[in-house]
Amino acid sequence: MTKPQPHATFARRHLLTCEGLTADEINALLDLADKAADSNRQVIKKRDVLRGRTLINLFFEASTRTQSSFELAGKRLGADVMNMNVSTSSVSKGETLIDTAMTLNAMRPDILVVRHHAAGAVELLSQKVDCSVINAGDGAHQHPTQALLDALTIRRAKGRIAGLSVAICGDILHSRVARSNINVLNTLGARVRIVAPSTLLPAQADRLGAEVFTDMSKGLEDVDIVMMLRLQRERMQGTYVPSTREFFHFFGLDQEKLARAKPDALIMHPGPMNRGVEIASTIADHSRSVIRDQVEMGVAVRMAVLEALARQLPNH
Amino acid sequence: MRKPETASDDGAVTFLNARLLDPASGRDEPGGLLVRDGIIADMGPHLRRNAAEKSRVIDCRGHLLCPGLVDMQVFTGEPGQEHRETLKTASYAAAAGGVTTMVVMPDTEPVIDQVALVDFIQRRARDNAPVNVHVMAAMTRGLKGTEMTEIGLLKRAGAIAFTNGKNTISSARVMRNALLYAKDFGALIVHHTEDPTLSEGAVMNSGEVATRLGLRGVHKAAETIVLQRDVSLVEITGGRYHASGLTCAESLEVIRAAKARGLPVTAGVSVNHLTLNENDIGPYRTFFRVRPPLRAESDRQAMVRGIASGDIDVIVSAHDPQDADVKRHPFAEAADGAIGLETLLAAALRLHHSGDVDLLPLIRAMTYNPAKLLGLPGGRLEKGAPADLILVDLGLPWVVDKTVLKARSKNSPFDESKMQGHVLATMVAGRIVYEYA
Repeated sequence: MTKPQPHATFARRHLLTCEGLTADEINALLDLADKAADSNRQVIKKRDVLRGRTLINLFFEASTRTQSSFELAGKRLGADVMNMNVSTSSVSKGETLIDTAMTLNAMRPDILVVRHHAAGAVELLSQKVDCSVINAGDGAHQHPTQALLDALTIRRAKGRIAGLSVAICGDILHSRVARSNINVLNTLGARVRIVAPSTLLPAQADRLGAEVFTDMSKGLEDVDIVMMLRLQRERMQGTYVPSTREFFHFFGLDQEKLARAKPDALIMHPGPMNRGVEIASTIADHSRSVIRDQVEMGVAVRMAVLEALARQLPNH
Repeated sequence: MRKPETASDDGAVTFLNARLLDPASGRDEPGGLLVRDGIIADMGPHLRRNAAEKSRVIDCRGHLLCPGLVDMQVFTGEPGQEHRETLKTASYAAAAGGVTTMVVMPDTEPVIDQVALVDFIQRRARDNAPVNVHVMAAMTRGLKGTEMTEIGLLKRAGAIAFTNGKNTISSARVMRNALLYAKDFGALIVHHTEDPTLSEGAVMNSGEVATRLGLRGVHKAAETIVLQRDVSLVEITGGRYHASGLTCAESLEVIRAAKARGLPVTAGVSVNHLTLNENDIGPYRTFFRVRPPLRAESDRQAMVRGIASGDIDVIVSAHDPQDADVKRHPFAEAADGAIGLETLLAAALRLHHSGDVDLLPLIRAMTYNPAKLLGLPGGRLEKGAPADLILVDLGLPWVVDKTVLKARSKNSPFDESKMQGHVLATMVAGRIVYEYA
């Protein structure tokens, strides 16, 4: 007879960063997300965990997929979901982030999902409101749910994360996805590499807990996972890399570079992809590409996070 | 300190039982000091217990009596941003911090780049400020770094030195000509050295902390690059040059080498860079966002060594009032700057209490050195010198509380910090302008 396992939980009020999350906390969220992923494949997908709760998506930076993923996650759990797109124009109208936070707080939401172009903005906002706050991306700082959905995708495809070798490739300098992933994957026992030209590496990148490569062929040697990052269009023309052509030549994922990785290596990308810039079209549609699974797991992970935070809400 | 009931007829004051510290001569001994007609009339061990006749008597109880501080980098909001700080509020903060002379920077609206504006500051200060106020005028029009200001006329109007404020002059030609031209008038050029192309968009020091926080950092080389260029220009022009705020070990080496070659080069450091480092930013604390940015701990230690050795001449508060409207933002969008007039002395004394810097060179960097550099008569205990004095209890413990600070803006990185050492009384030209309650 097996002993009952102590039930690992995620008992925080907010999800702001992956730095400092324990393996137990991450696994608790991934376990919940696994169940959500299964229920999302049923005909009746809707549950009532968040019935009567209000979820506000507050996006200071345009995003289609993250916002719709959170919206769907909220609705599948029975929450009332409101989307607010605060364009940068309202900043020029004079309303500060804190004013916006106070205004929304007065509407008594239960959970705020926030994306902002400035690092630390979501944490600042969380200090000013009474509800739970989820960071949906703050500048080049963190994007926790992306790292969690990536971990879930890997775990479901490979059966484990500990001991795997993961190469994160591309614009590390500006990437919140890279920072969150380095935190989560390290905590779960993976070996993380980062691969980029030196102009797209942050200062003292080696201190993040990843092995640094500026030669992609070497960086992909025997890895289990190749995780590509998006290169923003405005960074392609000469400031950080000379041209998209040159970037693709040395840092784009093509058949030749992929051949350096393990034969069963998975291909990942947080989207939206620039085909022909960081990833060859054929590779994006490769049989080992799990890019579309990532999108599916995105909804599941966000449901898990919402559910975990809802358990911490007053009067649960 | 015993409060006298009435001042004497001629305003004479005798400080008895003091520890006299004169950074000019190196004197550090028990004694007394007589002030008459706004100047130091007499001083020495013979006055330790004997008050001059018909003078108000202050018993110092063995506490430190030294020249008032000369702070050569103070930003105010007057004219143009009076809601942040006026000359009046800044000077009351100065008095409370033991700063008897403050040099205000030209980064105002409008920029202090004309004779009439120098006059304006001087008149406003004369009518409102209990401490000495001097103007550091802009060296280029509008601080734009392209056209020289009327350095000769501005100097004649009372501008004490010339600077480009918070902006670095990127054109080597403009800098060369300013140094050459200023030399004819014996004018001092004070420069903030930070390569604008490297520092563009940066909000803190580059390194692991910035990388983790996802913030854009600027490498300290941005400072050293400009400093090296300027030293080369001093070499060919012979102009007097002061680097306003060093932050890193490499810059210290540049200054050391320039001085060894006998060049007319001096350097300052803000008290923030002597006592804080980039880790203090923690989770995006915007009160620690300053310019130049706080660096690594090893650089802070290098700055402390620079003060101890005398290679760095001056400590400034870099007082830069910013209100909540520009500080309560995400870190990358908040304003630079920290107030410092009221905490300059106590923060600097941390280096004394920790044993890193002796009291004499520490006080000298805030009194005699800047006074000498700017050609001011204060900053020394000497017969005939202005009676700009502070009485300091070096051991007095206190906690910084922004709600009682006199500065109009409350952006102190030292808020809630424990301090040791406070001014008991501040005297300017023989008049007591502040007493510790």
